[in-house]
Amino acid sequence: MAELLRVATAGSVDDGKSTLIGRLLYDTKSLFSDQLAAVERTSRERGDGYVDLALLTDGLRAEREQGITIDVAYRYFATPRRSFILADTPGHVQYTRNMVTGASTADLALLLVDARKGVVEQTRRHAFLASLLRVPHLVLCVNKMDLVDFDPEVFEKIKEEFRHFAAKLEIVDVTTIPVSALTGDNVVSRSPSTPWYDGSSLLHHLEELHIASDRNLIDVRFPVQWVVRPRSEELHDYRGYAGQVAGGVLKPGDDVIVLPSGLTSRVAGIDTYDGPVEEAFPPMSVTVRLEDDLDVSRGDLIARPNNQPTVGQDLNLMVSWMVDAPLRRRARVGIKHTTRSVRAMVTDICYRVDIDTLHRDETVETLGLNDIGRIALRTTSPLCYDPYRRNRNTGSVLLIDEASGATLGAGMIL
Amino acid sequence: MPVAGYELTHLQMLEAEAIHIFREVAAEFERPALLFSGGKDSIVMLRVAEKAFWPAKLPFPLLHIDTGHNFDEVLEFRDRRAAELGARLVVGSVQAAIDAGELTEDTRPGASRNQLQTPVLLDSITDNRFDAVFGGARRDEEKARAKERVYSFRDEFGQWDPKNQRPELWSLYNGRHRPGEHIRVFPLSNWTELDIWRYIAQERLEIPSIYYAHSRETFERDGMLLAVTPLTQPRAGEAVVPRQVRYRTVGDITCTGAVESTAATVDEVIAEVAATRITERGATRADDRVSEAAMEDRKREGYF
Repeated sequence: MAELLRVATAGSVDDGKSTLIGRLLYDTKSLFSDQLAAVERTSRERGDGYVDLALLTDGLRAEREQGITIDVAYRYFATPRRSFILADTPGHVQYTRNMVTGASTADLALLLVDARKGVVEQTRRHAFLASLLRVPHLVLCVNKMDLVDFDPEVFEKIKEEFRHFAAKLEIVDVTTIPVSALTGDNVVSRSPSTPWYDGSSLLHHLEELHIASDRNLIDVRFPVQWVVRPRSEELHDYRGYAGQVAGGVLKPGDDVIVLPSGLTSRVAGIDTYDGPVEEAFPPMSVTVRLEDDLDVSRGDLIARPNNQPTVGQDLNLMVSWMVDAPLRRRARVGIKHTTRSVRAMVTDICYRVDIDTLHRDETVETLGLNDIGRIALRTTSPLCYDPYRRNRNTGSVLLIDEASGATLGAGMIL
Repeated sequence: MPVAGYELTHLQMLEAEAIHIFREVAAEFERPALLFSGGKDSIVMLRVAEKAFWPAKLPFPLLHIDTGHNFDEVLEFRDRRAAELGARLVVGSVQAAIDAGELTEDTRPGASRNQLQTPVLLDSITDNRFDAVFGGARRDEEKARAKERVYSFRDEFGQWDPKNQRPELWSLYNGRHRPGEHIRVFPLSNWTELDIWRYIAQERLEIPSIYYAHSRETFERDGMLLAVTPLTQPRAGEAVVPRQVRYRTVGDITCTGAVESTAATVDEVIAEVAATRITERGATRADDRVSEAAMEDRKREGYF
């Protein structure tokens, strides 16, 4: 059965993004006739000159009235090879918060540029955010190739320009594809209009991309989520630690250490409803039994004694700030990290990144809505963490307002 | 079993994600409940919940809001499944609320009890002090659902504010809530209708018989096929025709339409769903056809 690929896209209507997504959905038969009819009707009633495919998911009243996308929209499509979850984020205001959200779970970021305009400010911003969130793969679609007569020189120039910019970022894998979303060239199948292009069509690339190696299969990390204790006659000695594997491959018989306590034991078995498993790896949800009766509870982390995460209270983070009220030094916030919740104080605001120029402004004292910056925190009790670049699961945190419960920002541990 | 090279199938990934969500909610909320209607999505959701806490029993009760207009097959199925799991079943009854004079029924022709479910649901949540309620809604079902978070916060009136939702990143769910507030949780947010059916096949899940093709006396109304029942009678000019039909969604009898089908097995249903060009709600739910924003409006008022 097909595996799952999570894709984040960003951009505005002008890029032809809606058209491209509409074409992917339509050509993979994921667009239904009643949906299409409803969109055509609304477009006609609004007096649009074209069928606005954004209306497929812009279902909220305010969005339909104002013709804007408020939020991350999730779209689903599948081919016989793979299933896709597309997190589509608007390109306008609030785009940072939304794109960060969409990119946080993405295997691949899909960016569009207009062949007539080349790499613009928005392209650079989106590429930076994809890099910051460490989306492992990036596809740059040079769209509207039909409007530049499928000129290979135009394509090569944009490709080179983007490569030059991307070299400053940490993007591992960049693929550039010449497409026309409107006419369908190189979207689902290779186009005869680009004989000089020897790569794959967009859909073929999405279907064939190898993503298994993106997960961390080296460092065993198992945050304990829930202790399973059946309390029944036949199972009254059963004690299992349920959780989702955050890194590495865990096997029965492995020596393990429970953090932060430092107690050691060995894996007695790994259980699932469908039977015991010989190996557990990300993102499997399993229940681990240990040979010894230790005091283990939610928020603890199981690792290998010879490969442990950092256990500490002082963290340096890159933060994406998501609310109007600015983040200041000495702010007290709640932190959620893996399955552990602690409190923390902001000890320093180091700098803010200008996401257009990548310049670091070290004079700032606060971070505002949609800002990206580096901060330092001290937590009330230790966290067991890895750098985000090493592991997205054990390197990410939410910053939470202790009073209102609101999510204030997202942090990536350095 | 995992496929080669430490890869999971997409159903395994969706299941692992949903199990993670169940465990997070069970760990961080005091009194969760799982909405179980006997419909296919809630059947799948219940199986995933079973897996999340196995070998222990579910650490929360099942909750059903019964409009009093349900299919008999579905109610029988609901009771049997709860008994098998040894789960507590809490039923909020729209009929009881009407009988007690707490609700007034719209008895005009064509009216359904759909709207009346909302106050009964909210009362059940308040009376039982539930602070998290699992629902089987999927984002591919409907446009308003497509924008809803996995953790969907409701104020003391059960209202959803689409413009004021918490961003959800990675697999970190922020469950902070104030007394009186509750959340709706949608562990199957990322599943599609086809995923649901494939999972039913993979897990060999029993589902109510009306999901498979059977013969019924039916009539057409507003482009939908309705069954002839004591609650849904044809009007003058609506011809009654026996047809081979099945249901794609199972809701209140008065507003759930059937589709013509010969699919008698899960595999035949999968083949049919994979080939269909109409969404399940578009085909069969009168309640969603009221306006472009019908679902959003109902959700704002506290609907599922």
